[in-house]
Amino acid sequence: MNDADLAHKLQVAAYRRQSRLAMRRTSQLVPENTIAGNALTAVVAIMSFLACLTLGAVTLVRDAASDWQSDILREITIQVRPMEGIDADEQARSAANIARSFPGVAAASVLDNSENARLLEPWLGSGLDMNDLPIPRLIIVRLASPDSVDLDALAARLSQEVRGASLDDHRKWTDRLQTMAGVTVFIGASVLALVFVATVLSVVFATRGAMASNRDVVSVLHFVGAVDGYIAREFQRHFLLLGLKGGLAGALAAAVLFAILAFIVAPAMSAAEVDQVSAMFGRFSVGPVGYFGALGIAFLIAVMTAVTSRLTVYRYLADTD
Amino acid sequence: MKSGTGDLIRFENVGLRYGVGPEILRDLSFHVAPKSFQFLTGPSGAGKTTLIRLFFMSLKPSRGLITIFGKDSTSITRAELPALRRRIGVVFQDFRLLDHLTTFENVALPLRVLGKEESEYRADVVELLRWVGLGDRMHAFPAVMSGGEKQRAAIARALISRPEVLLADEPTGNVDPPLARRLMRLFVELNRLGTSVVIATHDIHLMDQFQARRLVLEHGRLSIYE
Repeated sequence: MNDADLAHKLQVAAYRRQSRLAMRRTSQLVPENTIAGNALTAVVAIMSFLACLTLGAVTLVRDAASDWQSDILREITIQVRPMEGIDADEQARSAANIARSFPGVAAASVLDNSENARLLEPWLGSGLDMNDLPIPRLIIVRLASPDSVDLDALAARLSQEVRGASLDDHRKWTDRLQTMAGVTVFIGASVLALVFVATVLSVVFATRGAMASNRDVVSVLHFVGAVDGYIAREFQRHFLLLGLKGGLAGALAAAVLFAILAFIVAPAMSAAEVDQVSAMFGRFSVGPVGYFGALGIAFLIAVMTAVTSRLTVYRYLADTD
Repeated sequence: MKSGTGDLIRFENVGLRYGVGPEILRDLSFHVAPKSFQFLTGPSGAGKTTLIRLFFMSLKPSRGLITIFGKDSTSITRAELPALRRRIGVVFQDFRLLDHLTTFENVALPLRVLGKEESEYRADVVELLRWVGLGDRMHAFPAVMSGGEKQRAAIARALISRPEVLLADEPTGNVDPPLARRLMRLFVELNRLGTSVVIATHDIHLMDQFQARRLVLEHGRLSIYE
C-alpha cells in the first residue's frame, strides 16, 4: 500500500467517524439515570399485573354467573305433592301436559321412580321402594325461550287444575347469583380503582423525586427561556415510556398466568377437582375480554403515568418558581 | 442620570432584602441603554450576582420599580417570563452547562427549547462555536473540558439566540489573563454588533483595558462612573 492509499484510507475513516458523531442521537434533556426508573418500572409492572388479574377474575366470575343464570333460567320444576285418594302420577302427567301447552316451553317430562330414587339416594340409601313413601312427583320443564313464557299464568293454571302442584322457577337462585355477580364486579372495580390510585401516587412521588434531582436542569431550561409546557413534555416523555414498559410487562405476566391456568392447571388436577372447577367456572378461561382488557389496562396505566407526571411537573414548577 | 424611554432595563429606587433581614441592595437607580457596554463591579459579596438575578427576573425587588423591555417587572406574569428571558443572554459564574449534553447540545439549548429542529440551527451553532474557538470541541462533554472552554461554551449558549442584552457574571474569573482579554474582545465585538453588554467583574486591571461605563456596587449602594 503506498502513502497516497494510506492517506486516502485515513481520510475516509476520519470522515466516517465525523459522520457518526454528527449522526449521534440528540440527548434527552432529562438524564435517564436521574429518574428512579427501574424501581418505578417494577412498581408500575406490579400494579398493572394486579389490575389485570383483578380484571381477569371479575371476567371469569361474571361469565360463570351469566352461564349459570342462563342454564337455570332455561329449566323450571313443577312439584306435585301426593294426596290421599288422588293418583299422584295422573296429576303429574296432567301438570306436564298443561306445561307443554304453554308457548315457549320446549319439553316437560315427569321424573320416574328410578330417577326419584337416584335423587334421594344420598339421604335415604339405595333399594328404596318409592311406592311406600309419599314422595312428591317432579316434572322438569325445559324452556325454549325463558322470556316468552308467562310463568305466573302457568303457576296459576297449575294450582287451579292440578291438586298439590307448585311451580319452582328458581328465581331465588337467579336473584342470588345476580347479587353475587354484582358484588364481585363491585369488589373488582374497587380493587382496580385502588390499584390505579396507588399507581398515580407512586408516579407523583417518583416525578417529584426526579424533578428535585434535576433541579439544575430545570433551572437551566428556565433561564434559556423554556416554557413550562416544554419542561413538562420532557419529563412526560420519560414517564410515558416507563409506564408503557411497566404496564406491558405486568399485562404480559398476567396473560401468561391466564394461559397457564387455562391450559396446564386444569388437566393436572384430579377428575373430581376438575369437575368442581368446571362446575364453578366453566372452562376456567378468561377469554378475549380478559386478554384485550389486560392490554387496555397496560395502555391506560402508561397514559395515566404520563399525564400524572405532566401535572406533577406543572405543580412543582408553579410551587418552586 | 441620563435615561430614555427606550432603555432595555431600568431600575428606580430598587431595594432588596431577604425575609426580615437588612437590605442587601439599597436605592438602586440606573438604566441599561440599547447597544451600551458597562461593567458592574464591586468587592466580592457586594451583591453583583444578586443584582444580575434581579435583571434576569429570578428575584423580585422588595421595593422600587424595575422595568424590563418597557414592562414593569411586578406585572410580568409567569407565562410572559420565558419570552422576556429569551431576549436576555446570561453567562453564570458557574457556567451552568448540563453535564449530560455535549458542547454542541448545550449551546443549541435555547433554540431547542423553542421547538426548532437540529437541521434548522446546526450551521448557526457550529459557526458560533468556531467563533468562540470551540470548533473542535463540539462533541465534548463538560466533564472533560477546561474552565476556559466551559466559559466559552456558556458564552456561546448565551449568544446563540441573539439576545438584546448579555449579562455575564465574572466571565473571566476562571481563565488566565490572555484568555480573559480574548473573551473581553469577544464581548466588545458583540457590543459592536448591537447587543447591550453588562459584565460583572471585580478585576480592575481588566476594566482598565477597556473604556466603558462602570456601575460600582458597594455596601448595597450603586455609584455610576460614565
